[in-house]
Amino acid sequence: MFELMVSPMSFILFLTLYFVGAIGSLWVKNNNTLANIWSSAFSIAGSLWGLGLSLVIILTGQTLSFVAQQTSFSLLSLSFDVDLLSAFFVFLISLIGLFCSIYGIGYVKHYYGQYSIGVLGFYYHLFILGLLLVVTAGSGIFFLIGWEIMSVASYFLIVYDRKERENVQAGFLYLVMTYAGTACILVAFLLLYQFTGSFDFDVIRDSLALIPASTKNIIFILALVGFGVKAGIVPLHIWLPAAHPAAPSHISAFLSGVMIKAGIFMMIRLFMDLLQPVPVWWGLTILLIGAASSLLGVLYALTEHDLKRLLAYHSIENIGIILLGLGSALIFASLDLLPLSLLSLTAALFHTLNHAIFKSLLFLCAGSVIQQVHTRNMEEYGGLIKMMPQTALFFLIGSAAISALPPFNGFFSEWLTFQSLFQGIVLLDSSVRWVFILAAGALAFTGGLALACFVKAFGVTFLARPRSAEAACAKESSWSLLVGMGSLAALSFLLGIFSGHAVFVLQNIGRSFRLFQGVPTTIAVFGNQTISIGKEFASVSGLAFLGVLASVCIGVLFAVRWTIYRQQKVQLGSTWDCGVDLNARMEITATGFARSIVLIFKGLLKPSVQQKIEYDDGAIRYAPKLKAVILGTQDVYQTYLYQPMCRVTNALSARVKNIQSGNVNIYISYILVALIITLLFIL
Amino acid sequence: MSIALWTIQILLTPLVSPLCVGVIRKLKATWQNRQGASVFQPYRDLWKLMHKDEVMSRDASWIFRVAPVMVFAVTMVVGASIPLFASFLENSLTGDLLMVVYALAIGTFFLALAGMDTGSAFGGFGSSREMTVSALAEGGLIFSLLTVALISGTTNLFTMVNVATIPSGQHVLSALLALCGFVIVLLAETSRFPFDNPATHLELTMIHEAMILEYSGKKLALMEWASANKLFLFMALSVNLFFPIGLAQQATVGAIGLGMIIFLIKVAVFCFVIAFIESSMAKYRFFRLPDLLFIAFILNVVAISLIR
Repeated sequence: MFELMVSPMSFILFLTLYFVGAIGSLWVKNNNTLANIWSSAFSIAGSLWGLGLSLVIILTGQTLSFVAQQTSFSLLSLSFDVDLLSAFFVFLISLIGLFCSIYGIGYVKHYYGQYSIGVLGFYYHLFILGLLLVVTAGSGIFFLIGWEIMSVASYFLIVYDRKERENVQAGFLYLVMTYAGTACILVAFLLLYQFTGSFDFDVIRDSLALIPASTKNIIFILALVGFGVKAGIVPLHIWLPAAHPAAPSHISAFLSGVMIKAGIFMMIRLFMDLLQPVPVWWGLTILLIGAASSLLGVLYALTEHDLKRLLAYHSIENIGIILLGLGSALIFASLDLLPLSLLSLTAALFHTLNHAIFKSLLFLCAGSVIQQVHTRNMEEYGGLIKMMPQTALFFLIGSAAISALPPFNGFFSEWLTFQSLFQGIVLLDSSVRWVFILAAGALAFTGGLALACFVKAFGVTFLARPRSAEAACAKESSWSLLVGMGSLAALSFLLGIFSGHAVFVLQNIGRSFRLFQGVPTTIAVFGNQTISIGKEFASVSGLAFLGVLASVCIGVLFAVRWTIYRQQKVQLGSTWDCGVDLNARMEITATGFARSIVLIFKGLLKPSVQQKIEYDDGAIRYAPKLKAVILGTQDVYQTYLYQPMCRVTNALSARVKNIQSGNVNIYISYILVALIITLLFIL
Repeated sequence: MSIALWTIQILLTPLVSPLCVGVIRKLKATWQNRQGASVFQPYRDLWKLMHKDEVMSRDASWIFRVAPVMVFAVTMVVGASIPLFASFLENSLTGDLLMVVYALAIGTFFLALAGMDTGSAFGGFGSSREMTVSALAEGGLIFSLLTVALISGTTNLFTMVNVATIPSGQHVLSALLALCGFVIVLLAETSRFPFDNPATHLELTMIHEAMILEYSGKKLALMEWASANKLFLFMALSVNLFFPIGLAQQATVGAIGLGMIIFLIKVAVFCFVIAFIESSMAKYRFFRLPDLLFIAFILNVVAISLIR
């Protein structure tokens, strides 16, 4: 049974499901309903197949490696290499894909008549197919093909709602950034090829000694930039908060939950697996980038009042937290503290899984709200908890998970990350120790600020009174949306309660690395879901926490409600309003809620205040007709990094333009000169 | 025996906490040349509130109804997760310092949401200010507990108190710096001077009181009680982590009785300190509070760098 499941046949069938789904959706694109059914059916089937396949691989440890076809190009072989790490990411893609596809059945209905559903299905399937190739490809060139399919398909998904100019611009920015990244990746692979003579990952791993140290460092920087763009690390993140909100919500969930993890996957693959051993400064760099990304990500999230942009900034924050785990894993590995390195890697993998779950959940909830209220601006929401109770509950669970509140899953991965940073502070010396202290400090503040941000997001969206007519007449979403959100919320809860099992499995994935063969573990897991680290250094149990909290809650409720003063009468009244008429403008707004934090961090965030005053009597300026204050923040990356780069590029291009005279004779002479130079080199 | 001990441990927090509030109020009244209410007045207030009918806002949702129970229950769970009078009790399930910090964050989360739920301007601003202060206090809180954890080589709070910090003479400077940082965070987290005025109902200054303005009856009682609990928990943490003397080492009646008495004396002394701080300084302007909280964080960074 298991042999049948983990076979090349089964894997090819798995990919074929997506391929057929893609082509079929395009084929039936004239009929919206049929296209929706076709596309959803195939993606759900594919996801279920993928879940089964990857779970069998992860739990039995049976890997799959085969060459599908030898092409006529000697460098390109369609080889697949599904080890435990790949299987883990296949699991991630299938899991999120399953619930996004279920959600999509109902969600895409509001695009009927506006855009073609078949085309959406085509790119959706192609996108997932690309992602699967990225995480399972066994050679560099084949990987790049998958990477390109993923990038192009995701571009078309981002600009799907193309009537809004903003979305098209966001898509263009994404395309530019992603190609800049791909260029770096391409050069990195070519450098690897130059010294090892192969694009095959296995060959690269074995002939690593051939690469000189300086070239290895260059490869590191190129790979960090290339995959960092996709992962959205600061300061390469600028495309992320623009592009993720532009896509349809279930696609946003997929982009934020899974696609950015493709960058993380390749970082783990290259730095932890292929290029080991690595110098210490690689890990230090990643740790510092992680600290900066997590802190800045959450600060920018606080400034936002566009719900989906806020969530997109939180993706940057969480990528930072994952990198804190990965960075400390690299440092420990370089310093030959392998058991601790395994601990940190487990933390990074666990946070990757958890972030995928709760971030998709939050994006799906945001989509459910936006479909009803027809705007992404939080200032026009309010009071939705009464109209959309289930969505509100799921969003609350997502908020608790992302703010690392126990017993939800986010807490346990953040706890592991904290613990691995603490281990660094305990064991290491001097400058490396300072980096760990800095990283732990960044993570501590990140936790607090994320909580503030989600109080803002939940409170402004769901609590108090509606601030607009659309919000006042919102309705609960249809069953497919609720099933999609509800399952993810349940998963987020269950992964927290059974975090012990999850950590055990993830640690085994880490141990399958060549680096960690036969390394003793520092994490012990017990039957009551206790995770403990080191010899009595730390231990925690989600199940026990839930048990204590639940029984205390019941006890308190029983004592207060049914024992003391049972005849109590509760009457409804209106909120105290100081004697004026209560209206929605008296509630706190999203901008107002976060303004004090924004002002405290004004050195980083550069808040701006614009005052707009129109006068009745323009010349005298005595009687103002309209007064408006616009609060915003300045985009420092745009002003200080990207615009200067743009200017330099433009200036250089203007210089280069001089050799283009338009005269054909001159062009022919260029060709002649180029030919002579080439010949000189060869001879 | 151990069931009885755990019952005492869990119930100790809600039973003693109103007394601490009463003692602090009485001391402050004495220093202001007032007679002040009896130290048992908070108990009477809670009893009175428990027996009143309630008025609830029409705009409130289930968050508003659930929040008091959650906020109160979380303080009791934390009460079971930190060492109070005995160090031989062991809690390897919820006794981790990060677990305690994030469990307290659950309370803050629900409190702030409840403040926004009724849609009044006060509640919203109270929540905004509370989240600002608690977000910035998080760094100092985690790092001051971490300092003690590094000195004692474990992040479990029960195991931590077995290693004496300040009295032992090891890393005294680090421990003292961490204590300073912790006291600043304590004042912020429990809404005391110079962060908040626990006695005011003036719109411009209040943080905690603004959030619970719409509550009445039993729910108000639970909210007030929970904030007293939180004060008690922070005081217990500071006396036990930094001065872990006199905790019961074994499960005999004599040792436990002695541990309990010494613990209550330590908490009473700490009440005196808090009342003294509150009586001798004015409330800070809101935008000066971050400076104080960053100082708490930096003190702890220095403390950690001094260890070893």
